[in-house]
Amino acid sequence: MNQATYLALIPLFPLLGSLIAGLATLMTSHRQSGPPKIIGWISSLAVAASFGVTALGFNALRNLDPAERYLEQSLFTWMDIGRLDLSVGFLLDPLSSTMLLFITGIGFLIHVYSIGYMSHDRGFSRFFAYLNLFMFAMILLVLGDNLIVLFVGWEGVGLCSYLLIGFWHEEAANAVAGMKAFVVNRIGDLGFLLGMFVIFWTLYQQGGSATFDYRLMESQAALIPAGAAALAGILLFVGATGKSAQIPLFVWLPDAMAGPTPVSALIHAATMVTSGVYMVARMNWLYEITPLPLTIIAIVAALTALVAATIGLTQFDIKKVLAYSTVSQLGYMFLACGVGAYAVGIFHVFTHAFFKALMFLGSGSVIHALHEEQDMRKMGGLFRKIPITAWTFLAGWLAICGIVPFAGFFSKDEILWKAWSSQNALLPWLPKALWFVAFLTAGITAIYMTRLVVLTFFGKSRVEPQKEAHIHESPATMTFPLVVLAIGSLLVGFWGTPEFLGLGPNRFHDWLDPVFHGQLYGEQDSAHSAATAPGDPHGISHGISHGSSHESSHGADHAHHDTTIEWILMGASLLMAAAGIGVGFLFYLKNPALPTNIAAGLGGLYRLVRDKYRVDELYDATVVRPLVGLSRSFLWKVIDVRIIDFIVNFVGMLAKGLSFAFRILQRGYVQTYAFVILLGLAFILFRAM
Amino acid sequence: MDSLLSIVVFLPAAAAALLMMVPKEQHGLFRNGALAAMVATLLASIPLLTGFQTHAEMQFVTKAAWIEDFGIQYYIGLDGISLFLVLLTNVLGPLVVLSAFKAVDTRVKEFYILLLILQTGMLGAFVALDLFLFYFFWEVMLLPMYLLIGVWGGQERVYAAVKFVLYTIVGSLLMLVAILALYFIHHAQTGIYTFDLMALMQTDVPLNTQIWLFLAFGLAFAIKVPLWPLHTWLPDAHVQAPTAGSVVLAGVLLKMGTYGFLRFAIPLFPEAAVQMQKPILILSVIGIVYGALVAMVQTDIKKLVAYSSVSHLGYVVLGLFSFNMLGASGSLYQMLGHGLSTGALFLLVGIIYERRHTREISAFGGLAKGLPFFTFAFVFTTLSSIGLPGLNGFVGEFLVLLGAFGESPWIGAIAASGVVLGAAYMLWLVRRFLFGANDNPENQDLADLSGREWLVLAPLMILMVYMGVQPKPFLDRMEPALEKAYAPVLEVRASGNYSSAADLLAPFLAEREEVEPVMENTEDPAHQIGGGVR
Repeated sequence: MNQATYLALIPLFPLLGSLIAGLATLMTSHRQSGPPKIIGWISSLAVAASFGVTALGFNALRNLDPAERYLEQSLFTWMDIGRLDLSVGFLLDPLSSTMLLFITGIGFLIHVYSIGYMSHDRGFSRFFAYLNLFMFAMILLVLGDNLIVLFVGWEGVGLCSYLLIGFWHEEAANAVAGMKAFVVNRIGDLGFLLGMFVIFWTLYQQGGSATFDYRLMESQAALIPAGAAALAGILLFVGATGKSAQIPLFVWLPDAMAGPTPVSALIHAATMVTSGVYMVARMNWLYEITPLPLTIIAIVAALTALVAATIGLTQFDIKKVLAYSTVSQLGYMFLACGVGAYAVGIFHVFTHAFFKALMFLGSGSVIHALHEEQDMRKMGGLFRKIPITAWTFLAGWLAICGIVPFAGFFSKDEILWKAWSSQNALLPWLPKALWFVAFLTAGITAIYMTRLVVLTFFGKSRVEPQKEAHIHESPATMTFPLVVLAIGSLLVGFWGTPEFLGLGPNRFHDWLDPVFHGQLYGEQDSAHSAATAPGDPHGISHGISHGSSHESSHGADHAHHDTTIEWILMGASLLMAAAGIGVGFLFYLKNPALPTNIAAGLGGLYRLVRDKYRVDELYDATVVRPLVGLSRSFLWKVIDVRIIDFIVNFVGMLAKGLSFAFRILQRGYVQTYAFVILLGLAFILFRAM
Repeated sequence: MDSLLSIVVFLPAAAAALLMMVPKEQHGLFRNGALAAMVATLLASIPLLTGFQTHAEMQFVTKAAWIEDFGIQYYIGLDGISLFLVLLTNVLGPLVVLSAFKAVDTRVKEFYILLLILQTGMLGAFVALDLFLFYFFWEVMLLPMYLLIGVWGGQERVYAAVKFVLYTIVGSLLMLVAILALYFIHHAQTGIYTFDLMALMQTDVPLNTQIWLFLAFGLAFAIKVPLWPLHTWLPDAHVQAPTAGSVVLAGVLLKMGTYGFLRFAIPLFPEAAVQMQKPILILSVIGIVYGALVAMVQTDIKKLVAYSSVSHLGYVVLGLFSFNMLGASGSLYQMLGHGLSTGALFLLVGIIYERRHTREISAFGGLAKGLPFFTFAFVFTTLSSIGLPGLNGFVGEFLVLLGAFGESPWIGAIAASGVVLGAAYMLWLVRRFLFGANDNPENQDLADLSGREWLVLAPLMILMVYMGVQPKPFLDRMEPALEKAYAPVLEVRASGNYSSAADLLAPFLAEREEVEPVMENTEDPAHQIGGGVR
């Protein structure tokens, strides 16, 4: 039962698409005319097929009993050696199916968009080969039934990100940005690897079955001591700070905007960067063992949200603003996880995918219309000239600002509520502080997003005259995805309306609930109950260690608390959003001198924020340059050349001076040398007799 | 069937003997003849794979007296450890010959004859089960390699060749002394003179003596690996060697050192191996990090790849001395994987050198636009080298790190930093070499990969994918032989009180007291040791 042989089709289609596009690219790479445009449609179709199969699986899940709501398919044994038994298998459950729905769905729209956006590019088919390969890796990441398959996808999406950021590799800066993304991500991956190792060996040490399989690990959660759980949880989160651009590893994401805009929308906004959130949600049982890792996650997340938002206020490159906004929104998602509200975090992943993809594609449409102009100081007044782009963009703007009833409103508001109502066993004051930071960030978000919208679409045109005449709305392949995503940004929030509004239970939570309470895999325990410590059933270990608001997501708990505070907080955040928007219009439309004066007044502080807190410079001065300098000037030129080789050469000179054999050797008479060896051998043997 | 292994080993040497009789002007004949011999050797070794039985014992054994007076035997055989190393050697053989078709046009006759003799030497060393025979093949390998570097090498070839020989000979002579010592100790105990590995493994060597003998063997092997700080011959040898020499050197010869540890040093002297474990682990971790850091700052592409080998082979030694099945199998897998990916990298560097006659990174940039095939192959191989999952490099690296972490979390964690540094130096190379603007006029009209060059690279690339996706057939065949090789070590550790696994984790494991550790199988000694076999 619960077997589904069609799951493998979901990653298979984009893999095939990638191979086709890749082969076409290679085969035509020495021809003047590139491969035919049909490649773009083949790739898009492959993703559409994946979406179809995902929808099929999603539907099949809905028809299952909630406690049994999963489908699995095991494919083959990958490594089976020593105590490692690692197979490749897929698991479709409420969590992975929800992720896959928007990954393949939005992925399809972005593929279609790219047909228009990349139509004049020499690397058209190469682009689709990479894009489809990305879809394949991203699907593996989400659909895998163990941490290693996740890691394969994790590295795979990193590769595609590298290839696509540096897509226009003739520009050295793009190639550098790609390299930076990969290397910074590898730092995170190092943490991820070590985190997995800690779990594996801890299970072994405790007499359990050492494994990376989600269900098998989870069924043995009771075996993992708090210290090991904390260590593993923190190390895994280090991986997440890389992939999902959190402090201290967020520095690669803004640079990643060097890639084509559809890539920014798909990889660096909607899907790949959220995989850290997915991973934490997937490993929720680990984070429930002890409160330390979640506390760290919450603090890092809140700080990231705030810091990135302030940088967003000061940037003029339209894509950079959106990039920092993504970093900030990822902070919100981790904040939700950090207070134990995984479902809320995933809900924000889901809604954010729509409105952020929409805005990135919209910015791409703007850039397209202005012939590669990205500086907002050279935009303005575009509303009437590219109306579809502008109208759809407004939907994304309202959603991210958190205006009811757009999607971002519901998810962000719930994060604020969860932060407020959570409890922290280590730092009792933390929840309110988290709420305050998130609340403040919501206001800043509204300001910088309004700034972006105003500078781009409203006011007087500041477009360079020679570009002004050529402004045009994008073709249908580009505007169609915008319209669909705009509708999504308006509607998808209704999947997760909070219960206190009186619109019925929160369906999104109920859907994901089994994943976060171990119900799904309860049956799996029986097979390994011997390994699980008796008397500590799963539920208890959750209950004792876990001091967050997690329980309040149970439907039953809602009856017990007063909804007044929820109403007040919701009103407050709406007011905050409205105020932010108001400030935005005041500053950037009515009185543009005002922000300039404020910036001038702040002086050094403003420049610090504008220069992204100079984190890149800090890393360069403290890590990169010292390491390169040490390697070149000391390890290589001193240890290798001066010390080791000196000794070797000295021995050589000695031998040369003392022995004829070596002088002969250096003339290259190897016959002599061989003869000497044999003679020596014979001599030794003879003496030995 | 009995003579099959001997045929595989001596086919290249026989072909060399035939080619010696051909007049030296017949360049085409040498090229094609050597290629045919290598292909024939590869084909002849296919039955070794298909006829291989998955168990721990030696197969395809030939055992005959050679020099009876001294107890020297012609004793060869194949197990799960040597099987894939033999196959790797034979896969690389034809590709190496093919890669030299255009590059070598002086002393063509000698070049191919030496390559063929080298091939027999390497194959023989991998299958020899008599220590004297092993030493014989070990020395047979040395001479052709010395000449390949010294005759067909670059500007500084004589210095590099002498350095190579000097290093190697110091190690080999000590190894010879140790072999003889073991031979006499065995005689003292049993009254039998023999170099038979299986017999010598039964010798009861006192710990003190074991340590000296282990060090003597270990030095020879550590130089070949090369283990830090004995590595400085390698960059020079690689930079000066012709492409074919570099490929063989990196692809096969370096593995001779790690193979030596696995086949001889560890099983023969288990107590010493256990005693010396920590220092060797530390040296290998230094090698991983040091090799990567120094690779990062190289200006010559070949030297960069050479230093990357120091780093990669550090993983191999790390796995070998983690004393568990994960580390050991990962190590052996990494030997194969490194042979493919670094072999391919040297081939690619050779291809560009043939066109530009320079390997300075600063002379390049922006090749991607004009050379899409070359770029594809180079980036692909780079990804294999930096351990991207799905390609061969990941499997070995992952298993080694997982095994090493179980043995010592600190060492495993520091070693794992190599995954960051590896990505840094390789991708930085790719960025400077292939990406950016192509602004050097000499790089404008370079020819992309030819059909012959594709033929050399494609098999390696296909194997990289296969070994990345399907490691199971390899691991299954390795496992019994590895278990047997490590049985003496595990016995030593089970008798002593070695608390090894996860020392670091101990404080973390103590905290949650309500959980009773369920220690099943406490009777099984292997289970107690962090690094036991399953």
